[in-house]
Amino acid sequence: MRLSRAWIAVWRRNYLVWRKLAAESVLGNIVEPLFYLVGFGMGFGSLVPEVDGVRYIAYLAGGTICYSTMMSASFEALYSGFSRMHVQRTWEAILNAPVSLEDVVFAEWIWAASKSFLSGMAVLAVALALGLGRSGTMVLIVPVAFLIGLCFSGLGLVMTAMAKSYDFFMYWFTLAITPMMLLCGVFYPIANMPGWLQALAQALPLTHGIALGRPLLLGRWPDAPLLHVAVLLAYGVAGFALAMRLFRRRLMA
Amino acid sequence: MTILAARGIRKSYGGREAVAGIDLELVRGECFGLLGPNGAGKTTTLRMLLGLVVPDAGTITLLDHPVPRAAREGRIRVGVVPQVDNLDPDFTVRENLTVYARYFGLPAARIAERLPGLLEFAALEARADSRIQELSGGMKRRLVLARALVNDPDLIFLDEPTTGLDPQARHQMWEKLRALLRQGKTILLTTHFMDEAERLCDRLKIIDHGRTLAEGSPRALIDEHIEPEVVEVYGEGVEEWLERDGARLCARAELHGETAFCYVREAAALVENLRGLPRLRFLHRRANLEDVFLRLTGREMRE
Repeated sequence: MRLSRAWIAVWRRNYLVWRKLAAESVLGNIVEPLFYLVGFGMGFGSLVPEVDGVRYIAYLAGGTICYSTMMSASFEALYSGFSRMHVQRTWEAILNAPVSLEDVVFAEWIWAASKSFLSGMAVLAVALALGLGRSGTMVLIVPVAFLIGLCFSGLGLVMTAMAKSYDFFMYWFTLAITPMMLLCGVFYPIANMPGWLQALAQALPLTHGIALGRPLLLGRWPDAPLLHVAVLLAYGVAGFALAMRLFRRRLMA
Repeated sequence: MTILAARGIRKSYGGREAVAGIDLELVRGECFGLLGPNGAGKTTTLRMLLGLVVPDAGTITLLDHPVPRAAREGRIRVGVVPQVDNLDPDFTVRENLTVYARYFGLPAARIAERLPGLLEFAALEARADSRIQELSGGMKRRLVLARALVNDPDLIFLDEPTTGLDPQARHQMWEKLRALLRQGKTILLTTHFMDEAERLCDRLKIIDHGRTLAEGSPRALIDEHIEPEVVEVYGEGVEEWLERDGARLCARAELHGETAFCYVREAAALVENLRGLPRLRFLHRRANLEDVFLRLTGREMRE
């Protein structure tokens, strides 16, 4: 690894672009989950008396924080990352300065995690506004959201490193992100699914994000928190390391 | 004093040698041109010199730093104008310069201090807060040049700096480059335009298929490889004329399509002959670098 402090300048570049569009971005981050929670939570929630001893909308809120963070990290690492690497040639310009490829990719990793963290925080704010958060454990959702962001931006960068065009990303979204949304317990408890699906869900990272985020929002302490942290971290770091290898082969060969 | 040196650098892609052993040495303050047709290995060579591609063989020293091992240290004193504009479309002119300066680790105060001078050099003071999409091609090119100067580099790489510019913008770019040379900067330039190379470069290297074909000053290369005068002849019956009169009057001639290129030491007799043949049109000129380039690299199309 040839990482230097230059990665911070690259991170700041992405942050500056985001800040210019922040109003629209934050609006989207708040309005979408708001309708999600209100619509699903109250509409669907009227059919479901209680889940895990709480109102359905409260149950849904924890899953939605994690799900939104995953989506935001994935979009940033895939579409925006590809645009900076390939379409706009932003990386090419940066690499002519005394900045290494490691600096650039590391900055992208941390940046996508940072941006998705903000999405997660926006949903958390919505949940709080709806009166769905409880007690001090909620504060711990802050680092959990960043960890989920690191996990999915690391994995997303692997896809970006392999992509020839934006079309390639459909595979990731249809074969990885959508199944995780449906299987990892965003909307309903995994425990209600057949055994083999539960086993599959346990192998997927979003399950572990939700296993941390949901109880923390509801004022409970998660079971086996270190295991979940370790799984998220392992996916993220492995994704970043693999992406780094692929980018090096793609751009420096 | 050597500012950049490369010895025997090579790079293959899938069995094809893009660069097959090139030596290069740049002396401080000179303008050095790297010429060659498309696919000759120019861009791969530049990327290796900057440490962005790892050579299969050879050694490179960039401003006293071994490349690629210490490429980052070397690039601290280098500016690069890439072939394709890669300005940040989300930023204004000023932001493009500021953000780029941060990649060199320049503190905010130093950046603020350098900015007015850079905007003035690029003649973009009035457009400092314009977005990139609002700039003309020439303005964008000047901004890319100014961006390459944010770190006050000793050595500037320019990869086809005037491709796609209109004549006004090209002349303006040449003026900027001359100003930089007057300040004592060293320039490494690639170009397709032989007039550009002839105007700007102190020394040139012509490469093709990853190998050096010739090296020297523009004048020396012309003197060495080409007769001093050229007459281009075209029109109906040019082939017959070439066989009948041309072969006798030219030191060397070649027919390409409908045009005969005649190379001579002294063109008076040839011009006299052609004046008497109204069906043929001709252009009499001094030999130039393009003649040398075409002689060395051939006339067939590269795609």
